[in-house]
Amino acid sequence: MQENKVTCILCPRGCTIEKKEQGGTFEFAGFGCKRGLEWAKVEFTNPKRILTTTVHVKSGEIEFVPVRTNLPIPKEKIFEAISILKGIEVLAPVEIGSVIVKNILDTGADVIATRKVGKKDSSDD
Amino acid sequence: MEKYKVVVIGGGPAGLAAALESFKNLDDKKVLIIERDKFLGGILNQCIHPGFGLHYFKEELTGPEYAHRFIEQVMENQIEYLTETHVIEITPQKEIVAVNKKGLKRIKADSIVLAMGCRERTRGAIITLGTRPAGIFTAGQAQRFINIEGYRIGKKAVIVGSGDIGLIMARRLTLEGIEVKAVVEIMPYSTGLRRNIVQCLNDFGIPLLLSHKVTKIHGKYRVEGVTIAKVDSQLKEIPSTERFIECDTVLFSVGLIPENELSKKAGIVLDMRTGGPVVDNTFSTSQKGIFACGNVLHVHDLVDNVTLEAQTAGRYAAMYSQHPELFENNIHINIVAKEGIRYVVPQKLNKNFVQPFVLRFRVDNFYKDAIVTISNAGKILMKIKKSILTPGEMESIEISQKILSQLDFSNDIVVSLQNI
Ligand SMILES: Cc1cc2nc3c(=O)[nH]c(=O)nc-3n(C[C@H](O)[C@H](O)[C@H](O)COP(=O)(O)OP(=O)(O)OC[C@H]3O[C@@H](n4cnc5c(N)ncnc54)[C@H](O)[C@@H]3O)c2cc1C
Ligand code: SF4
Repeated sequence: MQENKVTCILCPRGCTIEKKEQGGTFEFAGFGCKRGLEWAKVEFTNPKRILTTTVHVKSGEIEFVPVRTNLPIPKEKIFEAISILKGIEVLAPVEIGSVIVKNILDTGADVIATRKVGKKDSSDD
Repeated sequence: MEKYKVVVIGGGPAGLAAALESFKNLDDKKVLIIERDKFLGGILNQCIHPGFGLHYFKEELTGPEYAHRFIEQVMENQIEYLTETHVIEITPQKEIVAVNKKGLKRIKADSIVLAMGCRERTRGAIITLGTRPAGIFTAGQAQRFINIEGYRIGKKAVIVGSGDIGLIMARRLTLEGIEVKAVVEIMPYSTGLRRNIVQCLNDFGIPLLLSHKVTKIHGKYRVEGVTIAKVDSQLKEIPSTERFIECDTVLFSVGLIPENELSKKAGIVLDMRTGGPVVDNTFSTSQKGIFACGNVLHVHDLVDNVTLEAQTAGRYAAMYSQHPELFENNIHINIVAKEGIRYVVPQKLNKNFVQPFVLRFRVDNFYKDAIVTISNAGKILMKIKKSILTPGEMESIEISQKILSQLDFSNDIVVSLQNI
């Protein structure tokens, strides 16, 4: 998705920032402040997002543990990362912050658990 | 009957923060949290997306991570809590009736903090025509099914309402492989945060249909589709703009209302605009010794504000339980929302506790370059310039000692909005 417009998300103003090419150099227009301009430059070149989802847990007090990447990963790798995580099952107990997948898709980001899941208490059923 | 200094009803972020703060401020540390769910953490357990804690912790956490930080402190301090226990009644005498697997429980509290959160408005609240097939959910219900129970709730969905919960669910469904056909919003604007529109809709090319409504739901056993139409500035359907969208799932995300059944039973005065109790700057409701905070008081968009508010409520609840006499002769002046301001919380200032506090409010429309003024007895005490104000974002103003020292206590405090 090569867009030449992005919406800045840093403050409620929500400026639409436009990228214009002029003989090999880029110009930006529409930003309301410098911080937004810096944000937009990254957003145009390599947009990244934190990915959050859930992963199966075996023998846990709940059946799914929420997880996230500890760093933002490139936007275009999100669906591939999701499909990897769909196929995974971890064993309880899970500690908050424990690494579920290291360096997912070579992005440098680890997928970590965001909730503590204790072992299933057999008296629960 | 068991006795406690402070009993907190609800174990979400509001309840946890209030309990911790009460605990810190009590000599006799008898504090109890009562939660109907199996776990502490409230709605945050199902909010697995990032966006929590930016203000309070200066880092971006997910809901469960944010909750964990407070649950951990509750554990470390060995604050008592009951889970899977539902409070069914509270009385003005601060007696609490709760039920759990073991039966009925009666508890006496010196003071109570209400922190029961809110509930979602349903399809019925906005009167949607059509059949009642399977596949219709509120957004929060769907969030719980997907994020906690792990169900796949459908294949093709339409989301009604573009507040933050609707937007976040659009992304979540997409990541789960459910195609989101559209987010349908009756207003000409979304009340969701900008970052959610960008990261939840634009990222995945999901259309946001502003000034549109779902006019009918179709399907016998399972949803088969919805009819949508454009609306005019009176929010009335424009004939011949109707269009059918095929889908098997409809999510309603059409607003939240404070959970106030218990408050009503206890005879607490409610504010028509917030839907929650009327409180003063100590977060005391109209029933002495009963305090309220978090979404049960008014619906918050950021949990960080919930935490700060709950800490104040918890501190005053502890104070009440130790020194009720300080609250004996309460005299209040009203804090009134005028032009452009939809509501303010707190709605009153207690003359016995004239201490700096945070005034929170929402505006009733979109405003650009406006001034919020705080006035009293015809005198302007404070002016704040705002380049942008939206109904979706709660605003906060610090009422300082300096302002308080200038107050004429025989007059209301008035909060209003002027265009520049
Ligand atoms: C879907 C969704 C997404 C959100 N996304 C964000 C976000 O991205 N960033 C952000 O900062 N904020 C977000 N928020 C807002 C934030 O999560 C809430 O403002 C906050 O959780 C409110 O806390 P609370 O403690 O008042 O209510 P809750 O978290 O709802 O807790 C109330 C608790 O009280 C319990 N309870 C209710 N009645 C009883 C009873 N009778 N007896 C015993 N227990 C009872 C409930 O079970 C519940 O656990 C979101 C909210 C929702 C609903
Ligand atoms: S560019 Fe600056 S002013 Fe505009 S939305 Fe971004 S942060 Fe706000």
